[in-house]
Amino acid sequence: MKTYYNPEDLKKFGAIGDLQKSMADKFFAYYAEVFKEGALTAREKSLIALGVAHALQCPYCIDAYTTDTLEKGCDEEQMMEAVHVAAAIRGGASLVHSTQMMNKIKEISM
Amino acid sequence: MKSLKAQLHSLADPEEELAVLEERHPGGQKNNFQSHLEGIGLFPLQPTTLEIFQINLGKMCNQVCKHCHVDAGPDRKEIMTRETMKSCLDVIQNEPFLNCVDLTGGAPEMNPDFRWFVESIRSIRPDIKIIVRCNLTIILANPKFHDLPEFFKRNTIEVVSSLPYFTAMKTDAQRGDGVFEKSIRALRMLNEVGYGIEGSDLVLNLVYNPSGAFLPGSQSELEAEFKKKLKERFDIEFNSLFTITNIPISRFLEYLLRSDNFENYMEKLLSAFNPSAAAGVMCRNTISIGWDGYLYDCDFNQMLDMKVNTPNSIHLSEWDSSALSNRSIQINNHCFGCTAGAGSSCGGATA
Repeated sequence: MKTYYNPEDLKKFGAIGDLQKSMADKFFAYYAEVFKEGALTAREKSLIALGVAHALQCPYCIDAYTTDTLEKGCDEEQMMEAVHVAAAIRGGASLVHSTQMMNKIKEISM
Repeated sequence: MKSLKAQLHSLADPEEELAVLEERHPGGQKNNFQSHLEGIGLFPLQPTTLEIFQINLGKMCNQVCKHCHVDAGPDRKEIMTRETMKSCLDVIQNEPFLNCVDLTGGAPEMNPDFRWFVESIRSIRPDIKIIVRCNLTIILANPKFHDLPEFFKRNTIEVVSSLPYFTAMKTDAQRGDGVFEKSIRALRMLNEVGYGIEGSDLVLNLVYNPSGAFLPGSQSELEAEFKKKLKERFDIEFNSLFTITNIPISRFLEYLLRSDNFENYMEKLLSAFNPSAAAGVMCRNTISIGWDGYLYDCDFNQMLDMKVNTPNSIHLSEWDSSALSNRSIQINNHCFGCTAGAGSSCGGATA
């Protein structure tokens, strides 16, 4: 069955350099730098990535960072809390716009 | 839960396990680990100096962990006899560079001659490091084991214990219902006699195995997390955390195949192949002794029935130091488990 997303394609991520090497090299170098231990631990960064992956609904990133957070010793509760952070920000982003709606209601209502 | 052997499962047969490791290896190359060693000039893999004498005192255990590479459990009756232990003592006394005797199982404490053996080792080699791989729950399994922490202390044994996580859910999922709570009680008993406490010379190390088809993360980061959580939540202290990669044999292999994770897991190990971890594999300074006195390069080869490649010295009764130190170490694709990422050994990461 043909699908737009195939889990096997995640392994081919590195091949994006086949069509444009210098940009891919810079991207992957930047990516590696971002996820290094820094002011945030590698574990904290992995949980942020897991949350962002859910906000973006990227299946590749969800697979990758579910594995990565488990490898970094996070448990299911922590992982689900990271997803709730993403959900809260997404939900909040919709809801906070209702202030605009309420402004407009005021503006055009008697 | 029964052992694979008691279930008459096909993967209780080492030949079947090796067939899977060779025939279903990603890319179809049967001797892929050998090719990887050849590529970095390490084939044939040879020993360095024999320092660690790892003895499997038997396959009997009070637990039936889902990832156990020994397929240990209460239904396993293979137990080392005192006669074989005496042959071990001869080697321990006569091999000058041995600096560590590592006692494993099953639950080594379930061997009826366990205490006699430990005291005998201590009396012939007062300064040698003795490790016992204690599953923790054995201490609470029966009143006759309640004084094990005192016994370990009296014989200055180093205790190494598995604790896959600092929560009950993940620990029990791997090691059985109720194991976490009992493990915490046993750790408290070890702390109470001085094990793992700062300033004490009684060493208590923990082992972390991933509870699934993924690799262990950074040993130092996981150790910091375990220390913080075990102290905060349970007031438990320990010395070091060893991260150990699950080797694709026995029950873990059965899990990988049943859950359709085998190929992906092997690909993960392959892509994480680390030449410096390969140079530091534990089989280079270790000999592993089976419950029946046969000799192996490591505990994993033991479970796959891959005896040392020294035709005239495959059993304690015919121990030949020189032949053993010049042997080629037996390898197969399961060895990718010890060479992935930061490496893996019975003492944790190697690279």
